[in-house]
Amino acid sequence: MSAVVANKDHMDVVIVGHVDHGKSTVIGRLMADTGSLPEGKLEQVKAMCAANARPFEYAFLLDALKNEQAQGITIDTARCFFKTEKRNYIIHDAPGHIEFLKNMVTGAARAEAALLVIDAHEGIQENSKRHGYMVSMLGVKQLAVLVNKMDLVDCSEETFNSIQTEYTAFLNELGVEPTAFIPISAREGMNITENSDSMPWYTGMTVLDQVDSFNKLRGEADKVFRMPVQDIYKFTAEKDDRRIVSGTITTGRVSVGDDVVFYPSMKESTIKSVEGFNMAERDTAEAGFATGFQCTTQIYIKPGELMVRKEDLQPHVGRRFRCNLFWMGRPPLVKDKEYKLKIGSTNVSVQLAEIHQVLDASELSSIENKGQVDRHDVAECILETARPIAYDLRNDIEATGRFVIVDEFEIAGCGIIIESLTDEGSLLDEHIKEREYAWETGSVTLEERYEKNGNTGKLIIVHGVYGCGKRRLAKQLEHALFNEGYRTYYFGISNFFEELDHDARMRDRGREDHLNRLGDLARVVTDMGTLLITTVTDADDFDMDKLKRLNEPNEIFVINMGENNFGSYKVDVELEYRPEMEEAIASVIAKLKEEKILLK
Amino acid sequence: MNQLDELEAKSIHILREAYREFKNLCMLWSIGKDSTVMLWLARKAFFGHCPIPLVHIDTSFKIPQMIEYRDRLALEWNLNMVVGQNKPAIANKETFPDGKIDRLSCCKALKSEALKHTLSGEWERVRLNHTKGEYEVDTNTEPYTGVIVGVRSDEEGSRSKERYFSPRDQANDWDVDDQPPELWNQYKTAFAPGTHLRIHPLLDWTELNLWEYIQREEIPLVDLYFDKGEGTRFRSLGCGPCTTCVESTATDVATVVEELRSGKFANIAERSGRAQDKDDGGGLETLRRDGYM
Repeated sequence: MSAVVANKDHMDVVIVGHVDHGKSTVIGRLMADTGSLPEGKLEQVKAMCAANARPFEYAFLLDALKNEQAQGITIDTARCFFKTEKRNYIIHDAPGHIEFLKNMVTGAARAEAALLVIDAHEGIQENSKRHGYMVSMLGVKQLAVLVNKMDLVDCSEETFNSIQTEYTAFLNELGVEPTAFIPISAREGMNITENSDSMPWYTGMTVLDQVDSFNKLRGEADKVFRMPVQDIYKFTAEKDDRRIVSGTITTGRVSVGDDVVFYPSMKESTIKSVEGFNMAERDTAEAGFATGFQCTTQIYIKPGELMVRKEDLQPHVGRRFRCNLFWMGRPPLVKDKEYKLKIGSTNVSVQLAEIHQVLDASELSSIENKGQVDRHDVAECILETARPIAYDLRNDIEATGRFVIVDEFEIAGCGIIIESLTDEGSLLDEHIKEREYAWETGSVTLEERYEKNGNTGKLIIVHGVYGCGKRRLAKQLEHALFNEGYRTYYFGISNFFEELDHDARMRDRGREDHLNRLGDLARVVTDMGTLLITTVTDADDFDMDKLKRLNEPNEIFVINMGENNFGSYKVDVELEYRPEMEEAIASVIAKLKEEKILLK
Repeated sequence: MNQLDELEAKSIHILREAYREFKNLCMLWSIGKDSTVMLWLARKAFFGHCPIPLVHIDTSFKIPQMIEYRDRLALEWNLNMVVGQNKPAIANKETFPDGKIDRLSCCKALKSEALKHTLSGEWERVRLNHTKGEYEVDTNTEPYTGVIVGVRSDEEGSRSKERYFSPRDQANDWDVDDQPPELWNQYKTAFAPGTHLRIHPLLDWTELNLWEYIQREEIPLVDLYFDKGEGTRFRSLGCGPCTTCVESTATDVATVVEELRSGKFANIAERSGRAQDKDDGGGLETLRRDGYM
């Protein structure tokens, strides 16, 4: 009865290195020598080799796929399970060929430690350097370098030292301190699980001991609390009234009674309970756990927001930031193209605003004036999201500063935010500047139009959730105003989007475009002295501020129907959900007159 | 936080992500221990409920206790239970147990083909009516574009290459050479129309992990996994004709856990009793490329 086994630590380790330097052999050997192979498997592979008249190789244990055995290249990250007395390991065998860098990234991003294999005979190659850089960029802090195939260089201490010196210099330039260098031969079993007699000059650890000496990442629970809201559940169909804010806690811990804030909406509440199924009642939850909470107040927040404790360091909120990123997609990262940024549980449209530097990862040389980021490049650049997001900087809380970029359904890039920037000089600013610069007005002034028509131009927004009666109100308002002689026009572009996302769960680029076009259109129509009436579903402070900016110098007038979920934005008229129409119209017109939007 | 906690948290995260991102989502339930743990994880993720429909591909050769157990849990846990089947093949006895075709072709017809066409909505689905307590033809024929499957990396070679969110094209084919990168809890959740995704929450779980979790949570299992007095039990549950028993006197979860940890099964592959694996070059890869689980 070994209770020790169940409570053993476990660790993810990734093995990287240039193609054919022997990673798969290292793993195969490790698994075989520690007795971690299932009985069936070793015999199976040996039998297959014999049947095909091929000499058995340890790497074959991993090449489970027919395709691979033919080509002799590990195509993807195979997960191998192996165990020592101390731990259970998942070893990720990452491909060594540059073509499969994105597969290597998948394995490395999960790892707490890395083994980098260099062929002593061939020396340091392109991917030896590239993988070293990637592993550090992906946040793996523990790296042991295995100088393999020592049997092919007569176990020469000199060769080993020269590789160690050269590669250490390379890593130091990246700010990476390697944990260890170990001379090995995976094929001959030297220094893998036992110290080899052929290299008496080496007195360091074997690979096995080195792996056991890697430290588990600890301390995530001691950092400040961060939880991306993954979803909010209310299973009323199952007669369950609880409204549960759910997600996986990235860092820190939170308890019942703690005051919390959600970003970017900045809504506040307090933790009422920690929820779970088949779980002992608890009043605290900490990093690593996928959990859920009920709050004391029913605040209106959405999936994608970042939950933090009120008394802790607050995250940044913004649309422009400087970052380091690595590009994996085949089409390069270019400006003037829409991508999606996924950070925490947020998913927003993003554009490349500026490129500061592009680093060729293997040479570490900076390429000047490059207008795009090619596949496998690392770049420092400025990204701009369509809406504000909440994040932390790499130097504060790394985990909530990491993001991926999606290009046409594929994850094409990954990166980390290093600096927060203001919106000044943003793409929206640029757009407005260009638009206004090209604007030529006639000689009829706004005042003249006002006198003649009896109203100023105004964008009148009727806002509310799906089904609250916005369109009916908007159209009847248009008619009422028209009958009284004012210049007015109802513009019904919103209908299309209401159908698509009445669930209001996910914002997509279509909606941003819609609002942008509405803003630009309103700018013209209100300048014409017309009351442009439209409906907008389920907007937030940022949407309204954007419409306001796009419509400047003319103001907007907002009618809210039903529950008011805005944070800081002040609407002009509050109406009920599905109100009595005549009364509602009358109160709107009264307010318009009060604001002197209507003259008569 | 121990290893089981870590595995559980990751699986829950993946299930919640899938639920949020996919309109037409389903979960495959083979009634075996793996997919039952997965179903339990869904109840964990959704606080006691399972809002995702469950799909069982019934080859008609499963041991009867499994079907009884399925329906009992479906009613008890208020599950949205959907069953699909390759009715024509079974009716015409074009199966391995009926002696007409070999094992691989039988798996292909009764499992892969049935799966493909049940997911797409082309073949008839039946759904459990909770008020009547019986199955009736399902009026929903929309294709499922997100399919949650309980495969694990350690089961056999080709599955070790899988991703948590793994694209499949229209023909249900798996392009194993060109898979998306997955990092920092970010997954491929957007996909082109006409393709769909397989979601694998159990990828990192070993057989031992599953049994330890079953023990910890006291998850109800079909009793075929335990010795009922004959000194044999099932370690892996496929169809009756193609799954062999192992010798074991384990009568409960705790003994099964012990067998795996340090006893007789500590080093023997779980699927070594599955005849079809040996027939497919030892790797199940051909079947999996064509859409098998």
